[in-house]
Amino acid sequence: MSNEAVLHTNVEGAITHDEHHDEHHEHHHHETFITKYVFSQDHKMIAKQFLITGMVWAVLGGLMSVLFRLQLGYPDSHFPFLENILGKWWVQNGQITAQAYYALVTTHGTVLVFFVLTAGLSGTFANFLIPLQVGARDMASPFLNMLSYWFFFSASVVMLSSIFVETGPFSGGWTAYPPLSALKDASPGSGTGMDLWLIAMALFVVSSLLGGLNYIVTILNLRTKGMSMTRLPLTIWSLFFTAVLGVLSFPVLLSGFILLIFDRNFGTSFYLSDIYISGVGALPNEGGNAILFQHLFWFLGHPEVYIILLPAMGMVSEILSVNSRKPIFGYMAMVGSLFAIAILAFLVWAHHMFVTGLNPFLGSIFVLLTLLIAVPSAIKVFNWLTTLWRGNIRFTPAMMFAIGFVSLFISGGLTGIWLGNSALDIHLHDTMFIVAHFHIVMGVASMFGMFAGIYHWYPKMYGRYLNNTLGYIHFWITMVGAYLIFWPMHYEGLAGMPRRYYSYSAWESFKQFGGLNQFISTVAMIVFSVQILFLLNFFYSIWKGRKVTTQNPYGSNTLEWTAPIRPGHGNWPGEIPEVHRWAYDYAKDGREFIPQTTPVDPNEANH
Amino acid sequence: MATTTAMATAAPKYWSGGKSPYNVEYGKLMMWLFLMSDAFTFGALLIAYGTTRFSANGWPNPNEVFNKYPGGANAPLVFVSIMTFILIISSVTMVLAVQAGQQMNRKKVAFNLVLTILGGVAFLSCQAWEWTTLKLNEHAWWGHNPFLNSNGTVGHQDFTNFFFTITGFHGFHVFSGVIINIVMLIMTLTGFFDRRGHYLMIEKAGLYWHFVDLVWVFVFTCFYLI
Ligand code: HEM
Ligand SMILES: [Cu+2]
Repeated sequence: MSNEAVLHTNVEGAITHDEHHDEHHEHHHHETFITKYVFSQDHKMIAKQFLITGMVWAVLGGLMSVLFRLQLGYPDSHFPFLENILGKWWVQNGQITAQAYYALVTTHGTVLVFFVLTAGLSGTFANFLIPLQVGARDMASPFLNMLSYWFFFSASVVMLSSIFVETGPFSGGWTAYPPLSALKDASPGSGTGMDLWLIAMALFVVSSLLGGLNYIVTILNLRTKGMSMTRLPLTIWSLFFTAVLGVLSFPVLLSGFILLIFDRNFGTSFYLSDIYISGVGALPNEGGNAILFQHLFWFLGHPEVYIILLPAMGMVSEILSVNSRKPIFGYMAMVGSLFAIAILAFLVWAHHMFVTGLNPFLGSIFVLLTLLIAVPSAIKVFNWLTTLWRGNIRFTPAMMFAIGFVSLFISGGLTGIWLGNSALDIHLHDTMFIVAHFHIVMGVASMFGMFAGIYHWYPKMYGRYLNNTLGYIHFWITMVGAYLIFWPMHYEGLAGMPRRYYSYSAWESFKQFGGLNQFISTVAMIVFSVQILFLLNFFYSIWKGRKVTTQNPYGSNTLEWTAPIRPGHGNWPGEIPEVHRWAYDYAKDGREFIPQTTPVDPNEANH
Repeated sequence: MATTTAMATAAPKYWSGGKSPYNVEYGKLMMWLFLMSDAFTFGALLIAYGTTRFSANGWPNPNEVFNKYPGGANAPLVFVSIMTFILIISSVTMVLAVQAGQQMNRKKVAFNLVLTILGGVAFLSCQAWEWTTLKLNEHAWWGHNPFLNSNGTVGHQDFTNFFFTITGFHGFHVFSGVIINIVMLIMTLTGFFDRRGHYLMIEKAGLYWHFVDLVWVFVFTCFYLI
């Protein structure tokens, strides 16, 4: 009996399989350009669609940050050429307008958090790695998987279109707090821009739900024979918890949006009370509460930061182990800490709301729960370091980015402990310190995880290698640049410099940071241009890169390296391989690596 | 593969790969997970309602607001109790449809599905009547609350807002459920499930339907009873 048969007919024989699984087999029915590249149901193609859409957004989002850093670094300079390119709404007298500045910051945040580091990251790697690493022909439902991408695509189109409307995109921050998000007259971006923002985000929630359900079910139901949960590579565990977080937290955001839509369009006052808008007058709304939205938002918002971070953690664990030629240290502790993080992620949201007038007693409970997250985080860090310890390290670009991730996670995690204390947070909240903290621990760190994943699995994705030299250049400039950009922001924040300000010229006390801001902006531009270098490497190598000639170029244990160099739809030409051991038998019994498909030798040592 | 067959006949190891640990096919697992997700959506809405109401100075008395029935008034909660009863009965007929599906009894599945659909439509009609009465007779609507708080003060603005939003969101779920059940009915009548050899899709539709009923119990409690 083939694995395929075991997999899709139930053991008890009570349940027969749904018909679409049959088509995963050999028989290649004719694939047109449309079914292969556009409305593809192959998880590998969908992964690439997510990746490339995510890359487009990363460039746009990155470009936005360069523009607003221009304003922060060079508030007195004029760039008339920008006016010619972007037009009067965005740039006047060669300077970014205040309205454009807020629109840029908001769109930058939304796009990078949701479109790049959620869809672009877990969309890409959950799709690519789950079936290949658990030993399945495809996702449980390839059709819903395809829909998941196309909902993301529609969300992207709507979000993109919001940039071009006359009144500009939404400009009230990625957190979309009311009243700026709830009142169409509150700011130019609060009108059409916010309508489009909400539509795009609602589509995004649907996409993330369809994707997440598929990832969870595939991991639970479609593991190949012998692949028990404790033999799964850590990538799969992390993608599993990521999907669980998404399935349980995005619906709450959706509820928040539903109430917001009614406040915007149907005269309700869920989030509104006693408001006066100059030019419009006093509003009749009474009885609502803007803080309610913050609760609903951060119930998603905090899990969201882990939705962004966990896939990076999983890939880094895998890459560190493979390239240290050592088993991951503390596998079960790694799984346990992922689990602990997933639970705690739901219990700490109010640490974003310490200064909203939250009851200090309640605040102290959230302080405790927040600081508890440091425990599983530290377990992970120690396990990564002990995996590296005395390893036979191969410094591939993927490995460099993985090590960079660990460094960034430590640096950013430590400032999290400052922020988690509600008393310290009174001073630090809404300052550049926050910006520094979350960019290092979430933004850049997860980007590093994503780069590590791309460099590592690129040969599996395209059957060719990326150029290594460009990879090292990319790594070093990004690594040094990221610290140079974000480290100084801690000092600005400690000095009280608020975030989300268009101009600081009104404060004598912040003049001292003029030079520093200039420096940060300059480095930001350099780092951005290095990302373009990476993109060139990426697209050039798809067609012209060095070809992969061996099935398992890294000497890896996981299942994706038992598939053909360029796997077709269905992944394995014959039967799906059977698994006999965990994914981390490196340097065991004098052998460098033992793939998961190798049966256990009776004389073998226990791990 | 001799080893494979040997393992399959041994005591089933549900988590060791090669089979579904919960012994369900992926679609049903997906439905359960979706329902968990949807429960969070409703949960968030109801908690939002609860916190708003808890922090308000007063709130209208549901016994005075919901006391109408076709042709009369002064019957607190009678009409909505009938609605609730209809919905619960429709859950019973759904169970019968699922059961009949497991016995591959096409006629009985179709019959019970028809009853379930009728129950759903009846519930929605009741809700439509309730909403129109509130709107036309009392001018209650989103953004307009005519009802005084039970302590006699001016009514809280969000009383009607939450009522229409949340019962509307639930009604939308019932409506989707009716559509799903109609599709299931058509597929049953055309013999699709017989050809397929199982009625599993009816079971998934059933899960959804029961969930929607269960949510109504909470919505009902939150808006009409307390
Ligand atoms: C030891 C672990 C961590 C602790 C104790 C911690 C604590 C905090 C606190 C208290 C805040 C709110 C500060 C304020 O707004 O006043 C905050 C903000 C933030 N944190 Fe962390 N954090 C930790 C790790 C992380 C991780 C791992 C991520 C992402 C993967 C992350 C992402 C963010 C983001 C995005 C914000 C800012 C949100 C915004 O206001 O726009 N944090 N952190
Ligand atoms: Cu947080």
